[in-house]
Amino acid sequence: MRRIISILMENEPGALSRVIGLFSQRGYNIESLSVAPTEDSTLSRLTLTTFGNDLKIEQITKHLNKLIEVVKLVDLTEGAHIERELMLIKVKATGAQRAEVKRSVDIFRGQIVDVTSTVYTVQLTGASDKLDAFIGAIGETQVLEVVRSGVSGISRGEKVLSL
Amino acid sequence: MEMLSGAEMVVRALQDEGVEYIFGYPGGSVLHIYDALFQQDTVNHILVRHEQAATHAADGYARATGKPGVVMVTSGPGATNAITGLATAFMDSIPMIVLSGQVRSDWIGDDAFQETDMIGVSRPVVKHSFMVRDAKDIPEIMKKAFYIATTGRPGPVLIDIPKDQTAPNVKNPYEYPKKVKMRSYAPVSRGHSGQIRKAVEELMKAKRPVIYAGGGVIQGEGSELLTKLAHRLNFPVTNTLMGLGCFPGTDPQNVGMLGMHGTYEANMTMHSSDVILAVGARLDDRVTNNVKKFCPGAKIIHIDIDPATISKNIMAHIPIVGPVHQVLEEMLSALDEHGGEPDQKALERWWEEIEGWRKVHGMRYETNENGPMKPQQVVEALYKATGGDAYVTSDVGQHQMFAAQYYKYDKPRRWINSGGLGTMGFGLPAAMGVQFAFPDATVACVTGEGSIQMNIQELSTCLQYGLPVKIININNQALGMVRQWQDMQYGGRHSQSYMESLPDFVALAEAYGHVGMKVTKFEDLEGAMNEAFALKDRLVFMDIYVDPTEHVYPMQIADGSMRDMWLSKTERT
Ligand SMILES: Cc1cc2nc3c(=O)[nH]c(=O)nc-3n(C[C@H](O)[C@H](O)[C@H](O)COP(=O)(O)OP(=O)(O)OC[C@H]3O[C@@H](n4cnc5c(N)ncnc54)[C@H](O)[C@@H]3O)c2cc1C
Ligand SMILES: Cc1ncc(C[n+]2csc(CCOP(=O)(O)OP(=O)(O)O)c2C)c(N)n1
Ligand SMILES: [Mg+2]
Repeated sequence: MRRIISILMENEPGALSRVIGLFSQRGYNIESLSVAPTEDSTLSRLTLTTFGNDLKIEQITKHLNKLIEVVKLVDLTEGAHIERELMLIKVKATGAQRAEVKRSVDIFRGQIVDVTSTVYTVQLTGASDKLDAFIGAIGETQVLEVVRSGVSGISRGEKVLSL
Repeated sequence: MEMLSGAEMVVRALQDEGVEYIFGYPGGSVLHIYDALFQQDTVNHILVRHEQAATHAADGYARATGKPGVVMVTSGPGATNAITGLATAFMDSIPMIVLSGQVRSDWIGDDAFQETDMIGVSRPVVKHSFMVRDAKDIPEIMKKAFYIATTGRPGPVLIDIPKDQTAPNVKNPYEYPKKVKMRSYAPVSRGHSGQIRKAVEELMKAKRPVIYAGGGVIQGEGSELLTKLAHRLNFPVTNTLMGLGCFPGTDPQNVGMLGMHGTYEANMTMHSSDVILAVGARLDDRVTNNVKKFCPGAKIIHIDIDPATISKNIMAHIPIVGPVHQVLEEMLSALDEHGGEPDQKALERWWEEIEGWRKVHGMRYETNENGPMKPQQVVEALYKATGGDAYVTSDVGQHQMFAAQYYKYDKPRRWINSGGLGTMGFGLPAAMGVQFAFPDATVACVTGEGSIQMNIQELSTCLQYGLPVKIININNQALGMVRQWQDMQYGGRHSQSYMESLPDFVALAEAYGHVGMKVTKFEDLEGAMNEAFALKDRLVFMDIYVDPTEHVYPMQIADGSMRDMWLSKTERT
């Protein structure tokens, strides 16, 4: 099962390599990863998505918790949560396709953020599967370049991940 | 406040931590620190002959005393030579501090002379590591390093120190912190009381119980309490290779070591049990055999300080995360409160069954009248010669298993070996660390002609410091453990498991200034042992020739359950 694990960790050099090292060392997969400092500059928030059954995920979270720089973490997929990923995508847009692409962008509530006579650059946010669906709708042959930010997520309601 | 250079801070922090010995080897990037060491005499620096030996010596010291071992190495090759020792300590959860020099801060990343990314290289084999970015941080980093290494599940911590941070002309205020505050590190201090009571209920209902105690009991100073609990309940006790000595080896309730080379009775007891109380043991693959066939009828109560150990290999029915000492104490009082007793009738039947296993298949080996000596006889002779009261360190191989099976350890911290990593070359330097900790104790290093050559250069260190270690070289003229596997699984094709052109160990020992002895006949063994141990202030290298064809038994059959074992070359369960 796909999981979104969100980690609050010390904003120190070397902390990120320990998290990533743990995954390669123990044979766990990282599907996506995003990390940036929080409002408290001593802390970073790292979100990663991974796959595994309950046992594996339990091991992953236990080992992450053992890392000295990890302050707190949550498996967002355990509860209601909001998941977002940003995608910038360049698609071919010539002739009749220009209108077609524009329509798809509107349906997916994306924005065209740059235009040339043959190319649209589209910005799209949403859950990862929505971004996948957009690529599907456009057709892979039309896609020139894709950049995705990796997932970030937050739990719904009043629950917060903080110190 | 006192103003000190970074180098002086490092040394002062060691003093403030009460460090007696630091094992190391100098080089360019740590010269400032060596200069500061030179100007004091509280911390004794021990000069080894290879950095790997420094780490194993510090490790041996830590295992024998419970105090952290401390190491200092220079950057680059000095640091990378310490990796095997870090990994060895990491696998067996041993508290250790390694101080490694690093090139100047402004040269880092430039492929400078003797630069290695030590934080990166060591990352998977340390509990944590620090890089000194500002000399002012040294006291706090040192304090944190010792705290992290020695608390929770112990482990090695590395501090990488760029040379400029120890420069003698840059002084900063020094105050050693009294306490550590880390928001991101808080080892568990108490087991869950509800879980402990639940465990007691289960123990009371058990009809075929067993206590399976590991290295964590020794690490967590829980041996006395465990022994009390076991006696109180009259349950059989089995130990892992790392747990030997946490419950007296000669106690009638001790069924011996379990696992791959465990006793028949221990493995049968485990397999047939209905409740397993696992204490400070990590259900390692050398113990469980095929996890799918592991102890099919047993409920598992698992006490461990590291939550990641619990249900990693085997699902625990009652997990208890906490320090063994506190949990066992609370378990004993929960037993009092409960007031009940285990089912005596059932226990009686259980013990009858266990005695049956013991009788039929106790530890045994064939001796040959006129043929070569057996390695088991050597360990038995060692046991006799030392009155069972020595510190025994070991290398890795068949001799290690024989030393585990045939020497009965009655006290914790007496049996010192590399279990998790299985590092050949561990034995001699570890024995040095033990001898430094206990100068008057009898320290024996049981080794093989393969392993001893992996750190033989330390004979020179032993001479320098007058360490009267007794080296028991069980010489089977082969990488015996490898050869055994080749006999059993590769049709007897001994690919590269020979030790041809062995040195004359007696001459070698003498060249290093020690006493050498060669024993080839069983009838000379006892006398030679007594003679060697009578030489209280000399290192004696006993080169003892044994039967090269001997195998270690019992041996679990790969992929089977715990009770699937070879008992000799021809009999299996
Ligand atoms: C050639 C060879 C053959 C081997 N054959 C065998 C064999 O037949 N049988 C065998 O048992 N082993 C064998 N081993 C060793 C094996 O590889 C493991 O090292 C060993 O089984 C692990 O022992 P352990 O479970 O006691 O755990 P350890 O490695 O000693 O770990 C200790 C556990 O206790 C926990 N702990 C630490 N401190 C505390 C505390 N204060 N409170 C609570 N918990 C704590 C730790 O978190 C850890 O989980 C062999 C090794 C070699 C090299
Ligand atoms: C550093 C290292 N290299 C290789 C091994 C694999 N290995 C395990 S036991 C063994 C043979 C050890 O030979 P010896 O020291 O003579 O002991 P014996 O088994 O003969 O008693 C080897 C090569 C190891 N454990 N450690
Ligand atoms: Mg050998």
